[in-house]
Amino acid sequence: MGRPRRTRWLRAFAVLPLLTSVLAACGSDEGSGRPTLNWYNFPDDSGALQKAADRCSQASGGRYRISYNKLPRAADGQRQQLVRRLAAEDDSLDILGLDVTWAAEFAEARWIREWTGTAKRRAVEGTLRVPLQTATWKGKLYAVPYNTNTQLLWYRKDLVPTPPRTWAEMLDMAGALARQGKPHFVEIQGAQYEGLTVWFNTLINSAGGSILNASATEPSLGAPASRAAGIMRELAKSPAADPSLSNQMEDQNRLAMESGAAAFELNYPFVYPSMKANNAKLFKNFRWAPYPRVDANLPARPTIGGIDLAVSAYSRHPDLAFEAALCLRNRENQLTAALEGGLPPTLRGLYDEPAFMKAYPFSREVLASLQAASVRPLTPAYQNISIAVSHTLSPPSGIKPVSSIETIRDQIDDALRSEGVIP
Amino acid sequence: MSMQAEPAGAPVPPEAEQTRQDTAALSVGARQERRLGWLLCAPAVVVMLAVTAYPIGYAVYLSLQRYDLRFPGQAKFVGLSNYGAVLTSPFWWDAFWVTLFITAVSVAIELVLGMCLALVMHRTIFTRGVVRTSVLIPYGIVTVVAAFSWQYAWTPDLGYLAGLLPAGDAPLTEQWPALWLIVLAEVWKTTPFMALLLLAGLALVPEETLRAAMVDGATPWQRFTRIMLPLMKPAILVALLFRTLDAFRIFDNIYILTAGAQGTGSVSILGYDNLFTSLNLGIGSAISVLIFICVGIIAFAFVKLFGAAAPGAEVKR
Repeated sequence: MGRPRRTRWLRAFAVLPLLTSVLAACGSDEGSGRPTLNWYNFPDDSGALQKAADRCSQASGGRYRISYNKLPRAADGQRQQLVRRLAAEDDSLDILGLDVTWAAEFAEARWIREWTGTAKRRAVEGTLRVPLQTATWKGKLYAVPYNTNTQLLWYRKDLVPTPPRTWAEMLDMAGALARQGKPHFVEIQGAQYEGLTVWFNTLINSAGGSILNASATEPSLGAPASRAAGIMRELAKSPAADPSLSNQMEDQNRLAMESGAAAFELNYPFVYPSMKANNAKLFKNFRWAPYPRVDANLPARPTIGGIDLAVSAYSRHPDLAFEAALCLRNRENQLTAALEGGLPPTLRGLYDEPAFMKAYPFSREVLASLQAASVRPLTPAYQNISIAVSHTLSPPSGIKPVSSIETIRDQIDDALRSEGVIP
Repeated sequence: MSMQAEPAGAPVPPEAEQTRQDTAALSVGARQERRLGWLLCAPAVVVMLAVTAYPIGYAVYLSLQRYDLRFPGQAKFVGLSNYGAVLTSPFWWDAFWVTLFITAVSVAIELVLGMCLALVMHRTIFTRGVVRTSVLIPYGIVTVVAAFSWQYAWTPDLGYLAGLLPAGDAPLTEQWPALWLIVLAEVWKTTPFMALLLLAGLALVPEETLRAAMVDGATPWQRFTRIMLPLMKPAILVALLFRTLDAFRIFDNIYILTAGAQGTGSVSILGYDNLFTSLNLGIGSAISVLIFICVGIIAFAFVKLFGAAAPGAEVKR
């Protein structure tokens, strides 16, 4: 009995140095002397991101090589991988593609570097204001906006001659279409997920309020929140609601519109090329308009999405990483990402670029929407806040405008004190 | 697994075999034997302390702190307030009842099915090896792999099982259907384990007792309930205890099948989400410690409830 066991132990010990040498090899620079910068970003199938990485490696004149590493497809999976590795001080991450809601969290945890000096000046130059806001925490810049995104109102001209300007108008029109027995659904993201939080955030900002106060220390909510929740409930209870509203995400909305069941759709611009490819007949009447207002006298403030590029605090080549990040989001690479990857750019100048305007017939509306846009609450506790909102307001037909908002307020209070339990 | 480890780790040196008979008084030899036993155990005890006691202690320590990776500057001792936050949260109680439901239902079904399988395996004379091997196959498959194949099977337009349902039915997206499918996946996976433990118990039932009962005119059902079950009680208890503790900590099947959506999350899923999504080590550790306490209570209740039949109870005297 003792003999085999001892040899097994010996073997186990013999493996140890091997293991450490492998680990060491992972961490050390390759012999060539040209450092590799690891860029972790969402998985892109269009090839635009790989192209940008190759171009920048080339343009560096041999000073660095960028390796594009694909993160998981789902945002939660992306965040988990980054967080797990950063918490372990993994120095093989250099440039990180962060969702616009993560910068505060990563900055507060000291996982990403602040942008200062020349790098900061170049990051800010010509960049749209609202996307920059998502990369800013406590007055300091922690990332550079890579791409952005915003929703527009899409509608069928054969059913809706003039697009509605407000939510009230839109629900009236949908009601009238329903009475005539015509397609009348308003397609929007009602499932219990981030999209529902985005919807609520857009409405509360459009009503002149916000989820958190300006310094992100406590919930703001109040009357605009009740008004926003009231609209969500009203839609869910009206004939305008798709029967599967409480299970719908962006793609189900797109499919419902393409199948001809709906008259209105609130969604990102990816629906446009998709409609063109999938339903040529409806495409002829497929139009866009600014996101409807909550209050006729206040501009609509759609929530923006997108990716910001940050430099890891554990990167061994931070200076090169800042430079490479700026290259990855320069004018040329953003244009490629917009044309091939369908990602709206964050550089103001590109919205006047003829090639872009041709590919995005709605570029003017997108720009106007981005300039009035709102951001989701900037706080390290964003994950908890988003879950509190989407769980409390789901399903939209069950919203109680006053008590639901009280529930959200309590849960945000807990989250900001690190006492929030998430489901 | 620990069942298999036990005989290998039992500190019975060969020379102790002769002294086994006279256990009336502790002779010098016996005392030395006991000392040797402890010495032989010591490395295992040290390793166990390092890999289990330390993490448990650290989790308890973390659960008393405000320790949130997102607010590293504000870490401080907060006493039991994390426990208060968890125990007053509806999410904990939802997850707790879901876990209890999955545990109770799946273990009950496994016990019945496992007993049937054990009887079949025990009675089979021809192709005994083939029967035993094929019964064990589900247990040999990695849970995550099996869970993925269940998930695909129940996905509309993709899976062969979803095809049997009315069109448009997506059972994994609704709470009760999803819970039953999780139970099904658990039962499919772990019934063989239950059957194996019960088979060991069946082997303890002396054949001559059964024959004597048969001669006395006992029906098969009487023989099963009056003779086999009482004699198998220790084996059944071990099987139930193991499975209940395992089932209460269910994670992988749920993680793959629904990821805890639609109110199907267990307490382990809740702990994982609070540790890895919320990055709140304080709250997450409090949940882990609470799960640990629940598991302790289950084990204690089993031993108390079944009294003398508890594993190890006979060994004491």
